[in-house]
Amino acid sequence: MSGGLACDSLSKNKKMVCVQDVTRNDDLRNLSLSGHVGFDSLPDQLVNKSTSQGFCFNILCVGETGIGKSTLMDTLFNTKFESEPATHNEPGVRLKARSYELQESNVRLKLTIVDTVGFGDQINKDDSYKPIVEYIDAQFEAYLQEELKIKRSLFNYHDTRIHACLYFIAPTGHSLKSLDLVTMKKLDSKVNIIPIIAKADTIAKNELHKFKSKIMSELVSNGVQIYQFPTDEETVAEINATMSVHLPFAVVGSTEEVKIGNKMAKARQYPWGVVQVENENHCDFVKLREMLIRVNMEDLREQTHTRHYELYRRCKLEEMGFKDTDPDSKPFSLQETYEAKRNEFLGELQKKEDEMRQMFVMRVKEKEAELKEAEKDLHEKFDHLKRTHQEEKKKVEDKKKELEEELNNFQKKKAAAQLLQSQAQQAGSQQTKKDKDKKKNPASRNMPVS
Amino acid sequence: MEPPAVPEEEEEEEEEEGAVPLSMAPGPVGCQLFGYVGIEAVLDQMKIKTMKTGFEFNIMVVGQSGLGKSTMVNTLFKSKVSRKSSQPGQEERIPKTVQLQSITHIIQEKGVKMKLTVTDTPGFGDQINNENCWDPIIKYINEQYERYLREEILITRKRKIPDTRVHGCVYFVPPTGHWLRPLDLEFMRRLSKIVNVVPVIAKADTLTLEERAEFKQRIQEDLKTHAISVYPQEDFDQDPEDRALNDRIREKIPFAVVGADQEHQVNGKRVLGRKTKWGIIEVENPAHCEFPLLRDLLIRSHLQDLKDITHNVHYESYRVRRLNESNRPGLSPLNGLPAKGEAGSHL
Repeated sequence: MSGGLACDSLSKNKKMVCVQDVTRNDDLRNLSLSGHVGFDSLPDQLVNKSTSQGFCFNILCVGETGIGKSTLMDTLFNTKFESEPATHNEPGVRLKARSYELQESNVRLKLTIVDTVGFGDQINKDDSYKPIVEYIDAQFEAYLQEELKIKRSLFNYHDTRIHACLYFIAPTGHSLKSLDLVTMKKLDSKVNIIPIIAKADTIAKNELHKFKSKIMSELVSNGVQIYQFPTDEETVAEINATMSVHLPFAVVGSTEEVKIGNKMAKARQYPWGVVQVENENHCDFVKLREMLIRVNMEDLREQTHTRHYELYRRCKLEEMGFKDTDPDSKPFSLQETYEAKRNEFLGELQKKEDEMRQMFVMRVKEKEAELKEAEKDLHEKFDHLKRTHQEEKKKVEDKKKELEEELNNFQKKKAAAQLLQSQAQQAGSQQTKKDKDKKKNPASRNMPVS
Repeated sequence: MEPPAVPEEEEEEEEEEGAVPLSMAPGPVGCQLFGYVGIEAVLDQMKIKTMKTGFEFNIMVVGQSGLGKSTMVNTLFKSKVSRKSSQPGQEERIPKTVQLQSITHIIQEKGVKMKLTVTDTPGFGDQINNENCWDPIIKYINEQYERYLREEILITRKRKIPDTRVHGCVYFVPPTGHWLRPLDLEFMRRLSKIVNVVPVIAKADTLTLEERAEFKQRIQEDLKTHAISVYPQEDFDQDPEDRALNDRIREKIPFAVVGADQEHQVNGKRVLGRKTKWGIIEVENPAHCEFPLLRDLLIRSHLQDLKDITHNVHYESYRVRRLNESNRPGLSPLNGLPAKGEAGSHL
């Protein structure tokens, strides 16, 4: 079945009306109701659904160590998020994310605060922005992965994408640091940036005004796109417009309460006076809270989803080689692209496999040759040794023969010598006997010889 | 959504002060607010935004001709929605095959704009041989899912994807008083898998209250025996209060309704009703018929729920089927859709 499915089998009869396209309003009829139908409860139904599910809101705080990020968060949300202050010895920038569940009346908010630990502490800050960008991209990636799954559950997915980035500017009173400019430029297409001047109680009022305009003009001239408070909806347009004039908000954070008049208020006590956090003459904290939470929280979430996330998704998918097609022709087959890529990949795999196989065969051959050589050597050695051994044996045999001959000769000589000796002995003993007899015989001379 | 599990290292309860956070903890930790922050203003913000963008609602009415479908839609939305009544005198022959007609209107009430699309199905169940008369309907519903899916997988997506998916299908059961017919069972069985089906007993003024009760009982048993899950489905009840509320509705399904678009005088008031020789049947009187219940269910209380279930359940299961289908080699995909396994890489 080809494209144009919608009307093919539906239209046989001229009276058919296919489902109208949303964008063409001229075909849609406005109908007047003659009574109360009741779908005005729809927004309430929708809101009730969201209430039972809870909301997610994720804030990223970018700023140097010690500039007051944690204190400001505590002040904004009127609670104490316990955390130890970071040291200045971090080797690099890392992001620490913490999640909290806040509940106000019947609204459950899952708030995630991401802190940049070690930002601005290094000697070489070239790569400071990289971990931040990577973190933001990682959250988009996680959402994209979930969205692309076959079996997905988006409706109870815990959204970790950063909805707002509060960029803390150090209150130098002059202008933006180059680190700030570079970082903001890298982040502006990925997240809604709201610049704020931290520790604003160190700047005098007149300096503050100059500082603010300098910052804004620097941002504009460098093309940094900060978050624009929406002015298209009548109910919020006015308040948003008035507030945007005060950007960047100069804030003071404090969780300690000081007695002012007869009330306790959040403030910072100095020997020369008390800076009240919620006093609009003292600082812009109230404006920040209004803008961030009470007026534009939903818009921040929407912008993140429809603008920043879509941009990320588009770039990612295009990078992977997918593309849409013109609306006229058939939708370009993602399947085909996928197949093509897969075949390519498989082809490469095959090639690699063949290469490896060849190399293996070659190596085996080499080893075989080596082994053969070694074998030959060994054989030679063996032969050589055998010969040597035989020669030695022969020599030994010869020597043995000689020795035996000598021995025989010696034995013969010995035997001959003994015989002579014994003969000589006998002769000698006979003589002695005769002598003895003679001696005896003289005695008997007088006697008749018998 | 249930509150997420508390991480093991936290010693205190969720709602107590001074929550102990864990660095890089995926699980959120409960915090106590010391004062008003203004988080609940987000509800109003949402309301304003949704009112600005407007709502879309697509409903389909299915049933044999003459059961009062068009009249019912008109009564529901208190206006001449269907073409039949807006162009009176037009001879409508019974079409040879089931054909679907969609009409779109924009209606507005107290600042809430709604784009309503009503899809009618003339010819359903009217032939002698009604085999597979549900096919065009199923195809239509799947086509709407397909459209949405195609829009969703584009690289450059529209900011707001136009939603033409059918959110609810009202099925008109003829008031025989006996049981559900095989056609009814077949249809509801097939369709309850892909769309929210709300069965109603049409032209209920032909049944007395006792007959009505018995008929309903039998229908409920029939549905149970055949494992047909009509809206509100039991599996999608989110929490006990939801379940309690929906159980009460489920006891009364199917609603016995009467449609009327003419007003009459009753006790000095003008009411919508049908005038007969033996009395006036007031459509909005709960003692006469259950039309108010149907209206409340469809519009006043469960409209968003219908849309949510269509989006989160039916559309997702269609998407799973579709993406798995294009996975199989040899099957030429209707349109190119990414084939992927879950453990694999992106697309």
